[in-house]
Amino acid sequence: MTDVAWIGAALTAARPQAVAALLRYFRNLDVAEEAFQEACLRALKTWPVNGPPRDPAAWCIFVGRNSALDEMRRRNKHDSLPEDDVIADSEDNESAMVDRLDSSAYQDDVLRLLFICCQPELPATQQIAVALRIVSGLSVQEIASAFLVSEAAMAQRITRAKRVMTQSAVAFETPGPAERAERLSTVAAMIYLLFNEGYSASGGEAHVRVPLCEEAIRLGRLLLRLFPSESEIMGLTALMLLQHARAPARLDENNNIVLLDDQDRGKWDRGLMAEGLVLVEKAQRQGIPGTYQLQAALAAVHARAATPADTNWAQIDQIYAVLEALQPSPVITLNRAVAVSKVHGAAAALELLKPLAEPLGSYFHYFGVKGALLKELGRADEAREAFNKAISLARTAAEAAHIRMNLDKLNS
Amino acid sequence: MFYCILCYNLESELQAWSREKEATVMARSEAVAHALASQGRLGPVGRLMPTTTAMTVRASREPVVLDGPFAETKEQLLGFYLVDCPSLEDAIEVARSLVGDTGALEVRPLARFYPGIGLQ
Repeated sequence: MTDVAWIGAALTAARPQAVAALLRYFRNLDVAEEAFQEACLRALKTWPVNGPPRDPAAWCIFVGRNSALDEMRRRNKHDSLPEDDVIADSEDNESAMVDRLDSSAYQDDVLRLLFICCQPELPATQQIAVALRIVSGLSVQEIASAFLVSEAAMAQRITRAKRVMTQSAVAFETPGPAERAERLSTVAAMIYLLFNEGYSASGGEAHVRVPLCEEAIRLGRLLLRLFPSESEIMGLTALMLLQHARAPARLDENNNIVLLDDQDRGKWDRGLMAEGLVLVEKAQRQGIPGTYQLQAALAAVHARAATPADTNWAQIDQIYAVLEALQPSPVITLNRAVAVSKVHGAAAALELLKPLAEPLGSYFHYFGVKGALLKELGRADEAREAFNKAISLARTAAEAAHIRMNLDKLNS
Repeated sequence: MFYCILCYNLESELQAWSREKEATVMARSEAVAHALASQGRLGPVGRLMPTTTAMTVRASREPVVLDGPFAETKEQLLGFYLVDCPSLEDAIEVARSLVGDTGALEVRPLARFYPGIGLQ
C-alpha cells in the first residue's frame, strides 16, 4: 500500500467530485480547493498506513470539509461560517457521506464546477486552462507546457481567470431541466475545445498534444457517467475517442500531417475506436440527432473502413446533409464537397464550393480542397493558384508542408 | 469446480492511471493468467469496456431498455453470458429474449478477450 502512483491516480479521479461537493458546501472556490489540497496531504500520510478508503472521493470531501471548518474556527472566531443548517451535519461519519454521494446532487455539483470554468467573458483558452487547473488538477507547469507558454504567463492567466470566476454569480440551487441542459451544452463545448487544443495546435509546431486529448476524453467519460442518457454527451465522447484513436497515424516521422487516405490504419488504436463505435450506436438509438453525434457518426464511417477505398462516401454525404440542415455552416458544406467529390466526382464538388468563396476566403482548408479538386480535373494553373493561397494561410509548418507536397506533384 | 472471479474497482481511478501503471498491472495479471493457462486451468478472460458504453435491459411487463450500467445494489450478480453480436442493437435483442419476470441484464461490450482453453 505504499504505491504513491496509485494514490496520485486515486486523488486525480476523486478531484472533480470532491472539489465540486466542497464548492457547494463552502460556496467559495478558493476554500474548496484548499480543503481538497489539505485532504490530499492527509491522504498521502494515512493511506499508505491504513490502506485506501473504499470511496476516495467521499473520504476527501469528509476530511477536506472538516479540516477547512477547523481552520476557519481557529483563524477567526468572528469569521462568518456557513449557515447553521449547512454545518449541522458536520459530525457525519464517512459512510453517511458515501450514502449522500449516491444521490443525484453530485452530478449537478460536478456540472456546476465545470460550468463556472466556462465564464463567457473569458477567452476559450483561459476557460480550458482554468478547467485543467481546477477540475483536472493539472499543475500550472503542466498546463503551461501543454499550451506552449511560460509557467509565469500561465500562472497569471489562471489567476486572472479565477478572479473573474469568483466575481461571477453562481447559482447553487439545483438547476431545472432547461438550465441543466444549457450547462451541459456549454460544458460539452469547452471539453471539445480542450480536445481540439490538443488535436491540432493552432500556430504551434507540435500537432498532437496527447495529454490534452486524453484529459478531454477523461472529462467526457466523467460527464457521461453522471448523465448516462444524454445522447450528445455520448456523441461528444465518441467523437473524441474516434479522432484520438487515429492520432498514432496522423503524423509522419517529420511531424507532417498524414491525411486520412494515407494513414497506416494498422496504427489506429482499435480499443478506443471500438468504444467510440459503441457510443455512436448508443447515441443513435435515441433518434435525436445532434452535432457531436453526427460528427462522431462521420468518424465512425472512416473507422469502419478497412482501407480508404472501402469508405462509404455515400453515407458520409448523407450525414453531412443532416449536419448541414441542423447547423448550416460553410465549413460543413466544404467537408460535404469532399464526400460529394468521391460519390459524384470533382466537378460536382467544385459546384458546391462556389458559394463558399467569400465566407471561406481566408480559410486554409478551403483552398486546399479547391486545389485538390482542380488538380483532379486537370486544371493545373488554377490548382497551383489555390495551393499557393493555401500555403499563405497555413497555421502550422505541417499544414504548409502538406500543400507543398501537392504542389510538387503538380509541377513534376 | 469452476470459479468465476469478478473484478471490481473505481473506473474513474483506472482512467486516471498512467501508461506505466496500466502496463504494470496488466503484466502482473497476465503472468498469473499465463501460469494458470499452462496448467490447463484458465477459461475465458475478458476486460469490459467502460460503464459508459453499457445498456441495461430491465424486466417489466415489456422489458425496458435503459442507458447506462446496472446501478441497483439490491439485486445480486448471479451469472453471465458471453455472446458474439454484430451490433449493440443485436446484443440488446439477445438480452431482451433472456430477461425474466424480474431482475435486469446489463449489456456491456468487451474491450479485450482471451478465449482460454475449453475447460472440461
